[in-house]
Amino acid sequence: MIDSLKGKAIWRFGVVFLAFALVFSLAGCAAEEPAEEPAAEEPVAEEPVETTDLILASTTSTQDSGLFDVLIPAFEEAHPEYKVNVIAVGTGEALELGQNKDADVLLVHAKAKEEAFVADGYGTERKDVMYNDFIIVGPAADPAGIKGATVADALKKISDSGVTFISRGDDSGTHTAEKALWEKSAITPSGAWYNSAGKGMGDVLTMASEMAGYTLTDRATYLNMKNDLQLDILCEGDTVLFNQYGVIPVTDATNMDGAQAFADWIVSDEAQAVIAEYGVEKFGAPLFFPNAQ
Amino acid sequence: MNASAHSCGGTPIITGEDIIVRYHRRTVVDVPRFELCDGETHAILGPSGSGKSTLLRVLGLLERPAKGRITLDGRPVTAGDKGARTMMAAVFQNPYLFKGTVSENVAYGLKLRGVSRAERDDRVAAALERVGLGGTQKASALRLSGGEAQRVALARALVLEPRILLLDEPLSYLDPLIKRRLVQDFSQILSAEGVTALYVTHDQDEAMVVADRVSIINEGTVIRSGDVDEVMTLPTTPWIADFIGMDAALSGTIVDSVEGIAEVLVGEERVFACTQLPPHTDVLVGIRPEDVMLFEAGAEMPVSSARNHLLMRVESIEHMGSTDRVSLHSNGMRIASSISRAASRELGLVAGAEVRAFFKATSVRVQSAAGVPSGV
Amino acid sequence: MEVFWSAFVDSIKLLFGGDAALYEIIGLSLRVSGISLFFAMLIGVPLGYLIGAHRFPGRGLVVAIVNTGMGLPPVVVGLTVYMLLSRSGPIWDLYLTWMGEAMPRVLYTVPAMIVAQVIISSPLVTGVTLAAIASVPTELRLQARSLGASRLQEAILTVKEARRGVMASVAAGFGGIISEVGAVNMVGGNIAGKTRVMTTAIQLETGQGNFGLALALGLILIGISFVIMNGFTRVQQSGGRYER
Repeated sequence: MIDSLKGKAIWRFGVVFLAFALVFSLAGCAAEEPAEEPAAEEPVAEEPVETTDLILASTTSTQDSGLFDVLIPAFEEAHPEYKVNVIAVGTGEALELGQNKDADVLLVHAKAKEEAFVADGYGTERKDVMYNDFIIVGPAADPAGIKGATVADALKKISDSGVTFISRGDDSGTHTAEKALWEKSAITPSGAWYNSAGKGMGDVLTMASEMAGYTLTDRATYLNMKNDLQLDILCEGDTVLFNQYGVIPVTDATNMDGAQAFADWIVSDEAQAVIAEYGVEKFGAPLFFPNAQ
Repeated sequence: MNASAHSCGGTPIITGEDIIVRYHRRTVVDVPRFELCDGETHAILGPSGSGKSTLLRVLGLLERPAKGRITLDGRPVTAGDKGARTMMAAVFQNPYLFKGTVSENVAYGLKLRGVSRAERDDRVAAALERVGLGGTQKASALRLSGGEAQRVALARALVLEPRILLLDEPLSYLDPLIKRRLVQDFSQILSAEGVTALYVTHDQDEAMVVADRVSIINEGTVIRSGDVDEVMTLPTTPWIADFIGMDAALSGTIVDSVEGIAEVLVGEERVFACTQLPPHTDVLVGIRPEDVMLFEAGAEMPVSSARNHLLMRVESIEHMGSTDRVSLHSNGMRIASSISRAASRELGLVAGAEVRAFFKATSVRVQSAAGVPSGV
Repeated sequence: MEVFWSAFVDSIKLLFGGDAALYEIIGLSLRVSGISLFFAMLIGVPLGYLIGAHRFPGRGLVVAIVNTGMGLPPVVVGLTVYMLLSRSGPIWDLYLTWMGEAMPRVLYTVPAMIVAQVIISSPLVTGVTLAAIASVPTELRLQARSLGASRLQEAILTVKEARRGVMASVAAGFGGIISEVGAVNMVGGNIAGKTRVMTTAIQLETGQGNFGLALALGLILIGISFVIMNGFTRVQQSGGRYER
């Protein structure tokens, strides 16, 4: 049977496929080395450091803001013995991963849920890290006329006018905050104008832009995406819009030391400075406000 | 059920006993005894759906019957017996050629048996020569014509030099021209090699060309089994007569016998036949229509070695295409004659006309009526 | 239309631009799906043969189950594999009981992604193979047996005769996993440099609103997929059957 397969198309094909996979895999490896060298500060021969993996579960909006691109390298430089793997999911899912101990440390923004998480014993402690604020964005024409109003008034106007509003609808930190705001205004949003998307922040902003509607978003994600959107900031600054982030090491995590190290580091002066600086160069204003005690 | 017990001269090469095959609760084959003799070509002849292919598969150890015992060379065997199966090879209606070249197809069974490459090539070349396809080894099996494909299928089976060759309607898908040629070739090959073969067909002409013995099967049971000339000349039941397109056998009694030639009284007519049966035996008599020649009633009698020349009257004429089938009677005896249309017209045959019928004593088949239940 | 054209141009630029991260992502996609396909074939072809070649009571039900498997939502598979491999899942506990020590982490690694993709791909390979095998005439297999083939030899011949269909099953199996995102996202975690494949990268860029980049990546994925499928087709074409 073997000799009936020889010289047949199947061998040629198999070789081509393997070649493809190999070329790309090797190209990925080969091209990486030179890119890293300029970043190394010391030309001294590097000693291979034994690293352990640290799983950080956070939210998609945090990742979409780009904060991790500066925060993680900074942490790994301070603690070269850890290699951080960021899993970005919804807040609910992040807490679930923590509960299942599939993540070692959490960085989310849903204070009530976080405190319950620790109270239930799934986390060892909870520390304030930073806050960003939510803003209400909408079409420049502002059909509901909410510009400059307080949050309570703005929501009432949107509800009354029935202009399209997009909600995260995914039990995320942003969604939780949004629900709390409706409650505070004693409004139960319902009707065709209220769209529950069940998607991440970036997707929801895109939807709002397309549908010329309003939505509640964190400032960071909005600023990051501003150029691709046709939305303006219409309501900001109200203290109820502040969105507090917390870090929680998971109880009995696989990498307990790493989790604690990360939690301790992110509230340190060094980390807080990194957070404070992030976004200034790019957007002219910081996206997050460090407030660790 | 009236299976004639003509058994083999020596030990049969295959026997089947109490074979019962059922599909979905329907009994499709019920054969108490079947014997395949060494060196013979045995035809299993029957209409479609009679169970003939199923019987072949069971005897060829390709299918397990619900009940039954098969022996090969006296040794009991079953469908799982690979050693037994390697002694046989089959050709089916559809050549079922495998993807690849002619040579790869013909060599398939040899490869399975671990034959060396050099020997394979030699045997394949020889087999292709035998079926008239010498030199076609490298041709693609997918591009062959119907007749060529069946020859390759036959070569593929022959090359294995099997003890038993199984053929299941190998010519039924071919058109008449190819079929005519191939049936001669098959017949020659099967008899030349002394190969033992089981040949399933619904075509009685094919059976008559290739077979030594024939078993007629209908609705799963073997109705009659025996020498091909005898079975096909002497239909012992109305159904058989109908199936092979003959009139039913005639009843008669031997009144005299001299040196192997008996005088048989059929109705009130006397007929000469070759048989060793003694006088006063009740017999069945059969004559094939092709063996009855007709001449003008009033003309001078031609010189002929035919022992039987009777003056008969035409009862009816059936046009069968290139021949006419003429029913004749005289003195209570009825026979048929098959002659060409031209001859029929020349003789001016019409119902009621008189005509002389000539046929040899050797064309008349006689069998003792004893053991044959009347009315069957 | 402008955006499509510029995405097309961008995709060419990206592909040849020497971006290490991109090459790593493409290479990982091919490795994960390639290895998964290999295992899916090891499972699917023999299983497809067994189901397709034989009659047995309950066969209809088995085929229905396989067909259902062909439509399994990848995200559900991902969720199920996640729950199995989770630290609070059953396998972790079993491992601890049997081996006496904690199971090394499988979640968010390439092997977990392979497990999920094998589960998605196997029914596809099985289902198409069984249909191809079932279409090989039983008499042809009988012919092989009548020439002395054992059950195994008959199986090999049948698979060779059904070559075309079996190759189609490979294409189906590959297509089902090279393009899926639900499972690899869930069990792989889309970790940069480690478990990020083309589909999760596209989803990430889309979520961040970088549609142009996402589309360019998508075109690269489709392009590579096409080249590979082209290879499959060439193999597939080498197999007609004798028919009158």
